[in-house]
Amino acid sequence: MVVNRIFVHGLGAVSPAGWGVASLQAALTKGDPIPTQSLVRPGWEKPLCIRNVPSPETRPAFFAHSRLRRASDITLHTVAAALEALGDDVVQIQAGDLRLGIIVCTMAGSVTYSRRFFEEVLREPALASPLLFPETVFNAPASHLAAYLNSNGTGYTLVGDDGTFLQGLALAADWLLDDRADGVVVVGAEEMDWVVTEAIRLFKHDAIHSAGAGAIYLRKERPPATVVELAGITDSFSFTQNQSRAEAARKMRAQLPSCGPAELLCMSAQPNPLAAAAENMAWQDWSGRRLAPKSILGEGFTASAAWQCVAASNAIASGQFSAVNVSIVGANQQAIGARFLACGKIV
Amino acid sequence: MLFPHPKSHSRPHRVVVTGAGIVTALGLGCRLNAEGFRAGRPAFRPVTLFDVSRQRAKIAAEVELPPELPPTKLSANTTRRLDRATRMLLLAAHEAWTQAGWEPAENLPVVLGTTSGEMVLGEKFLQQAIQAPLLKKRQATRVMHYQVQQQGLNLCSAFGFQGPLTSISNACASGANAIGHAWEMLRQGRAEKVLAGGYDTLCQLTFAGFDSLQALSTTPCRPFDAQRDGLTLGEGAAILTLETLDHARARSAEILGEIIGYGTATDTHHLTQPHPEGKAALAAMTAACASAKISPGEIDYINAHGTATPHNDASEAAAINRWAGDGAKDLRVSSTKSVSGHLLGAAGAAEAVICLLALRGQWLPPQASITTPDPVCRFKILGAPTDAKIETALSNSFGFGGANATLIFRRWS
Repeated sequence: MVVNRIFVHGLGAVSPAGWGVASLQAALTKGDPIPTQSLVRPGWEKPLCIRNVPSPETRPAFFAHSRLRRASDITLHTVAAALEALGDDVVQIQAGDLRLGIIVCTMAGSVTYSRRFFEEVLREPALASPLLFPETVFNAPASHLAAYLNSNGTGYTLVGDDGTFLQGLALAADWLLDDRADGVVVVGAEEMDWVVTEAIRLFKHDAIHSAGAGAIYLRKERPPATVVELAGITDSFSFTQNQSRAEAARKMRAQLPSCGPAELLCMSAQPNPLAAAAENMAWQDWSGRRLAPKSILGEGFTASAAWQCVAASNAIASGQFSAVNVSIVGANQQAIGARFLACGKIV
Repeated sequence: MLFPHPKSHSRPHRVVVTGAGIVTALGLGCRLNAEGFRAGRPAFRPVTLFDVSRQRAKIAAEVELPPELPPTKLSANTTRRLDRATRMLLLAAHEAWTQAGWEPAENLPVVLGTTSGEMVLGEKFLQQAIQAPLLKKRQATRVMHYQVQQQGLNLCSAFGFQGPLTSISNACASGANAIGHAWEMLRQGRAEKVLAGGYDTLCQLTFAGFDSLQALSTTPCRPFDAQRDGLTLGEGAAILTLETLDHARARSAEILGEIIGYGTATDTHHLTQPHPEGKAALAAMTAACASAKISPGEIDYINAHGTATPHNDASEAAAINRWAGDGAKDLRVSSTKSVSGHLLGAAGAAEAVICLLALRGQWLPPQASITTPDPVCRFKILGAPTDAKIETALSNSFGFGGANATLIFRRWS
């Protein structure tokens, strides 16, 4: 009997590489940065350089759900990634036969509707659209996902920098071990808007903003096929007056094992040079392979962190690596890490 | 490590409150708030923080902040530049921290609930970006400081600890979820003490948002009144220092009360409207009672979510009626939003402090604004100041997106 162990049961992704984990994995395997696109910034002559999510090749059926017809991009990304991760369990959840916990992590949230609503407020507050405002709340994506799944269990929306996604995984593990849910889907999701792109450029002029979502579905039972285990989440080391990024990164790294044979390090590789330096310094002893999805996909905050974890799980599931350390030195809150392990196959 | 946890306990810990801090429009601190809530004295006045001349509603419960903050580990320069949300948070935290007698620590989990962090700075960023697209002055500072995590990090720096910081944004249930999450951490032995609470400031985006939905009343709100016509916004912060009973006893701390139950549920009916029968509210209250191992008949007072919107109060009343069954007629219920306004992400935390103050002082907070209780309420709405013998109090918090949370408190004797 397996006790106090948590397994990855499904992965989901929406990224500049396309809709689905397969697109993400293909881009990471190829290793070339995804081509950039232009985004019009009103009032500027030059457009902004971004990596946005392409339109889906075929319109997903869930787009037609009554709660999703007017939903923001961040909600559509969230639902798509979560449904992919949940796979066949969606049927059980919708039937009320599986207690699902939902954790959505975000940094910028539903920024497009927030901007549009505030623009209307600036023009004429008495005429601002009541359709936009409810979609501006941070927990709108989690709410829409719960509605689509007909899931009335616990749902949290966590707000913070990239590392928040790993906090979400740890929280999911707690809910599973406390028997508050049979399964928990953790989503990191962001959407594209010139407001965020411009904000990023205030700190790093050549950073490429991206958007999308990543999802990991966790359960206590061993899955029937390839087994990837969530082996650990380090403490979250905050960037405070008394703890620099470098110190936080060093402490995070100290809680993860040294490099063994056939192990991968999946790094956050922030565009912010201070954060990148702190992370590189912390991992200078790492002699194994390294992967930095952000260098290929762009800066997607919590979505980027989710893509790191999806890539880590995939690297193990494909048999390439026996263990992967995920390192996140976040944009402005915390350094935190995770470890995924291969547990062999059940015959 | 956040996972797996080094400690494992066979039985859940009891969780007690050793410090409480609160900032509302009634004033700063537990004493002023206890006086105001005990008397049911509404704190609404015309909005001065931003222009509401073109809105339907023009009142709110604004906090009057002092010019100086209590001394912390932040430098004078940093303190001077702090935003309004952080100032409220620090004032509430300082009161709780001082009362608890806690010392700076390397690791002290912080769990905060908020709907929008320091949105006033976000609004200034947006306004300048829209109206003066080429001007970058102060924009980087605004981006950094409007974000939800920044207020929590300021709190960590001010009191000399490193977190970890968890920010929950479950709309108007955020504060209750933050306290409930902290309670679960302590109960399961994942920490010995946790700082938890909620905060939100008034801002134009939120005010205009609720007004656009015609959810704001043009007069002081009247929860559960048959003539109610909407909510009135407020702002504030509330913080609790929570510890396991063993930890509190080991350091001979004064105990203000005990948290004995927490329940959550998601309402999938609509993004902004609750299910008419209050199914998720009922589920959250039932789950909280189950975790507390008590029955509805053992609850002496309910601090209702009671926003005073027609939909919320009808739905919550239906849930309370079903939950209490025949015992509903004996229940005493009030919504303290009739005094402080709706504090959004701070509401659940502020109402937790109010419940603790009521349990300690053995009084029930009235809502003077009620004239004709909605006949759907089978329970008693407290319309006048009341002293009473109470042992347990239940607090409901419901939010957009169907986030429902219930906390249960017990008097410490």
